[in-house]
Parts: sequence; C-alpha cells; structure tokens
Amino acid sequence: MSTAKALRQPASLRIMSGTFLALWCLIAAFPIAWITVMSFKSPVDAFDANPLNVIFGPATRADGSGWSILEIVLGLAVIWVTARMTVRRVPPLVASYSPGGFVALGWVVAAVLVALGFVLVFFGVLPLVTDLLGPLVGPLGRDIIGATTEHYQTVWIERGFIDNFKNSLIVTTGVVTISLTVGTLAGYGLARSGSTLAFWILIIALIFRSLPHSVLVAGYLPVFINSAEWLVPLLGENAPTLYGKPAAVIAVLVAINQPFTIWMLRSFFANIPADLDEAARVDGCSHFKAFRLVIMPVMWPGVITTGLFSFLLAYNDFLVTSLLLDASNQTMVPAIAGMFNRETTTTDQVVAVAAAVSITAPLFLLVMVFQRQIVSGLTAGAVKG
Amino acid sequence: MKPKVFAAFVGPSIFMMLLFIAFPLVSVFWNSFTVTQPIYETVEVESCTAGFLEQTCTTEMETRPVLNEAGEITRQTEFVGFQTYRNVLEMGRFWEAVQDRSWTALQNIDFWKALRFTLMFTLVTLPLVLGFGLAIALVINNASQRIKGPVIFLSLLPFIITPVIGALSINWLFRGDGILTALLEWWLEQDLALFAQAWTIELMMMFYRVWHVAPFAAIVFYAGLQTVNQDSLESALIDGANRWQRLRLIIIPHLAPLLIFVAMIHLMDTYRVFEEVVGFRAEGYVISLQWLTYDFLTPDQAGNRSISRASASAMLTMIGIAILLVPLLKRTWRDHKGSH
Repeated sequence: MSTAKALRQPASLRIMSGTFLALWCLIAAFPIAWITVMSFKSPVDAFDANPLNVIFGPATRADGSGWSILEIVLGLAVIWVTARMTVRRVPPLVASYSPGGFVALGWVVAAVLVALGFVLVFFGVLPLVTDLLGPLVGPLGRDIIGATTEHYQTVWIERGFIDNFKNSLIVTTGVVTISLTVGTLAGYGLARSGSTLAFWILIIALIFRSLPHSVLVAGYLPVFINSAEWLVPLLGENAPTLYGKPAAVIAVLVAINQPFTIWMLRSFFANIPADLDEAARVDGCSHFKAFRLVIMPVMWPGVITTGLFSFLLAYNDFLVTSLLLDASNQTMVPAIAGMFNRETTTTDQVVAVAAAVSITAPLFLLVMVFQRQIVSGLTAGAVKG
Repeated sequence: MKPKVFAAFVGPSIFMMLLFIAFPLVSVFWNSFTVTQPIYETVEVESCTAGFLEQTCTTEMETRPVLNEAGEITRQTEFVGFQTYRNVLEMGRFWEAVQDRSWTALQNIDFWKALRFTLMFTLVTLPLVLGFGLAIALVINNASQRIKGPVIFLSLLPFIITPVIGALSINWLFRGDGILTALLEWWLEQDLALFAQAWTIELMMMFYRVWHVAPFAAIVFYAGLQTVNQDSLESALIDGANRWQRLRLIIIPHLAPLLIFVAMIHLMDTYRVFEEVVGFRAEGYVISLQWLTYDFLTPDQAGNRSISRASASAMLTMIGIAILLVPLLKRTWRDHKGSH
C-alpha cells in the first residue's frame, strides 16, 4: 500500500504501538498459560513465589517425574505432525469418503478418529519409545523440567470428572442441535416477513435477552421441584421430577439462548437475497420446500457461527446448571466449583487447577479451528444492532 | 409470507420463549408477593416418665407442622403484599443507617451492599473496556498483516474462556503467595494480603472483567476501523489536522454507533455480574445483585430455598435492567421507523 508520506508513522509511535500490542498479548495469554504450567507441577512448585521454580519444577523433578529433552522434542514432533496432517490430509479424505449430503457427519467422524489416534500415539506409544531410547542418548534422556500428569489422573479418574464431561457433552449437544433447529426456522421466518408482528417479536426477544438468568431460575425452581405433582394429570403415575434432569436443563438453556439465536440468524438470512427463494416460489415450491432446497445449502456459514455461540453459552454456564442439576449429573463448570469448596490442601488446589485447564482445552481448540467464524459472529451483531 | 406460514416457521421458537421465559417471569412476579410455608399447629403434649409409685408427667406446648392424610407436611401459600420486598430491602435498618449517616451500617445490609457493588462495578469497568478496546483495536490495525491473525487468536482467548474459570485463573495468580502477589510484594517492598479486604478483591474483579470483555470491544472496533473513509482522513490531513485530531474528529465519530453498541451490551452484562463472586470466592466481602438471588435460591443447611425472597430480589434487580433498556429500545424503534 502506498500511503502518502505524511500519513506514515514516526518511529516512536510505531515502537509504542508495537510495545502496547506485545504487552496486551502477554496479558491476554498469561493467566491461561500460567495455570497450564501450574497444573503439571507438584503443589510445592505450583505455588512457588519464584517464577523460574514454577516453570522448571525442581521439587517435581526431585519426586522423580519430569520431561527430558528427548521427550519434549518427540512430544512436540507428534503434536506438530498431527496438526499438519489435520490441516493438509484430512479435508480431502473427508471430502472423498463421506457420502453426499453427510459431509458434516464425515467431519465429526474424522475429528473423533484424529483425537483417538492422537491420544493413542501420545499416551500409548510415545512413553514406550522414550523409555527405550532414553538410556541410549545419555544426557538428552535426563529430566530437565519437572512435570507430572498425576493431577490430571486424579481429576479425571478418581474425582470422576469424566462423568461431568459426559454430562457437559449431553447438555451442549442437546442445546446446540435444538436451538439451531428451532432458531433457524424462526430466523428465516422473521427475516422474510417484514411485518410489524415480526418487529415486535424481535423487540420482546431483545428484552428477554437482557434478563438476568437468576430471575428465570427463580421462576423454574419451585415448578421443577414439584413437577411430579402437577404433571400427574398429564402423564399419570410416572410423572418425572424435572429438577436434576439434563433434559430440563437443555430446554431451559435453549429458551434462554433463543433470543440471541433468532437475532443473529435473522441478520444472516437478511443477507441472503430474497430473490433466491422467490425464484423457487415462482417455480411452484412451497415456503418450506424453498427453504429446504434453496436456502439450506447456502445458510451453513451463519448456522455454524450461531452454533458456536450456542455452544459457548451452554458450555460456560454456571448459574443454571449449578441450580437445576443435582450432584449426580453435574456438568463440568459447577463441578469444579464444588471441587474448590473442599479444597483444603495445596494438592487439592493443583487438582482444581488441572480441572480448570481441562475445561479450557476444548475452548482453545475451538478458537483455533473457528477463529474466522467467531470474529464474524462478533461483528455481525454489531453491524446489525 | 402468509400469517399461517409465518406462524409455522416462528411458532416453535415463540413457544419455547413463552414457556421458559415469559411464564417464569409471571411466576417470579407472583411468588414475590406470596409466601409458601408449612402450617404449624400448637398442641399440648403430655409426656410421662416412669417413677416410683406414680408416673411423673409434664405437659408441654409443642409446635409442629400439620400433616395431611399421606403423612406429608401441608404447605400454605399466603398473599403477603410487599412484605417480602421489605424483608429483602430491610427498610428499618436502612433508615436507621441513613439517619445515623453511617455508611458502614448501610454496607452491612446485604441488598444495599450488593447494589453498591453492582453499580460501581458497572460504571468503573465501562470506560476502561471502551478505552482499552479502542486502544487494542488501533494497535492491531497498526500491526503488520502477517501477525494480525495470531494476535487476534490470542486476544480471543480471554473472551472465550468460561467466566468462572477465567476468574479462577486470575484468582490463582494472586491467591496466597501467587506469582503476581509475589511480584507486587517485591515491587512495593511490603507484605500484601489481597484477599483480606473488600477493595483489593473488587480491584481484581474489575481487572478480570476488563481482561474478559476488552477483546470483544477490540474486535468490534477493529471491524469498524476497516470501513473508515480514507478520503476524509486525507482531506483532514491536507487541512493540517495532526494524528490526535484525526483520531478524535474522524475515527471516533465514525465508530460512535459501535461505541454505543458495545457500551449497551457491556452495561447489560456487567449489571448481571455474578461469576466473579464465585470465581474469587468473594461472598464474604463483596456480593452482587444476581449473586444475592442465587444465594436465596441455594438450599440452606435445612434444605430450604427462600423462593419468595429470591423472587423479590430478582424483581428488584430487573428495575435496573428496565432503566438500562429504555435507550436501547428507543434506538431500535427509531431504526425500525426509519427503515419504513
């Protein structure tokens, strides 16, 4: 770009801007990076006041667990190869193997396969290889950084975090699928209607979006706890108590998410030219058929973006899930709150840190894969109001 | 689109919203004026213990809940008017505190304490979020094309992280002799106990919130910066405007609608501040309005939830939301009229 000479920035300004940017990146990433480092250390190291001790973990290394240069190099190599394969090789494979119309399913299968393969190689094959090679390479095989995965084992196996993970999976899958199905139809209807009624629906949705979630939960709780009584006339003796049921939480989160979903999808549909479905209508399609044949193939970018935000809402929620689910089917975020309530020793604290990192890891991957969609979703709301 | 087709498209969504948003609202409104509690009866109970020659008997008055045929506790719902609101607001203590002109006494009442923190938190973080958001957007815009992608990736992390976890991760940096507390102590050369008083916890909460929301503001502003009219920038330059004047007179007015948008979203979200209280374990020092409702809803030691109090505090919270919403609705209405 050939900017006018007068517009070019003086060096001092450029340096200031660069410094500020670097500082911001540090502040943005530091807390997350730091707790990730902490989660691999023994309690003594994790809460050490000297940052170098936290990073290199002398106490952890003294306990006999650590990584050698060989292990670090091989580990990074596996991660790098996986990332590269996923970017280069997987898309064509998915495209060629998934049957027509099931590309989305193909991606899910591919993601699961890649994840499984990675876990197998990283935690199964790699330790064997390093054990074999370790004694052969001399100093390179000696531990230099103290690190241990025992806290992750404690969290996932002993504390039963895997059950919480399953519950989170159930709730988020339910919320995303239902809220997208319901929201897509509504968003399309609202974008194409233009009537005053549609406007008022959107306004009321806007008001609903601003309600504190605790207000809504205060409304559900008495009804849900007593639901066995008042559902009897409808469902007979087997009427369920809705309190504590994941299905009830899914319904609640879908509803809470609905105002946002329809606003966002409406603005996406408004950008798809109406001529497209009108042409289909002229050819004799009903509204639903036009929607299915003409709109559905072109709506996916918008739907994926909205789906991401629905996922975030369901995954990140603390208030609704902690109040409406009982301990037996708790999701991950409220479970960690329960974990630090009994956190008395520093070991418990590091276990809680490991749990926090486990919750953050999927989000990290999500941003990596869907950065573009997330940014477009954030700005779409702003441009349309 | 015919009304019938429109209804078929929009129906499921409306149904969900009516059932799970509108209905609970009505139910909360109703609950805030009523109290449901077990009916108690006082009965005379004669208890006797065996003694020599004759039994020793004592009669006591005992209060116990009335049971129905099935052996369950009978509950009764009673209309109490504004009584629950008075209980939540604790007007008696409030007026006493006002008459004594005692701020500490006022801050010992849960509701007023929560209100004070919620308002202060909202008003302090707003300019910080807008300012940092704009600054980050400007420097990202200024950076070379190659590093923009990674920088935006890093910037998204604080925004995307689960709020409770984000608050916790900041908490761990400061708790005890956490790494940043150690750094501050070394810098200020004195011992710090950051979790021992309210104001330091509040500062950390505000820091967390700005860290969490500034990326959102930055990305929205960054998108806005891409559409700044280059011609007007150049003509301003010819007219002799310096860098600062160009920013103030051209770029910021161009971003004004986005600034208002971010401010509105931020006001609504921070007014609902809640996760920070959980993440920083601050309930002993600092509470927010939404946390107050949450606390009423969590079962106490006896397993009872104070539904009516929660409803009343929820209704009181919504007054603030209503005030915040008015300008937003006005603007949407104007846009709607303008588009016809």
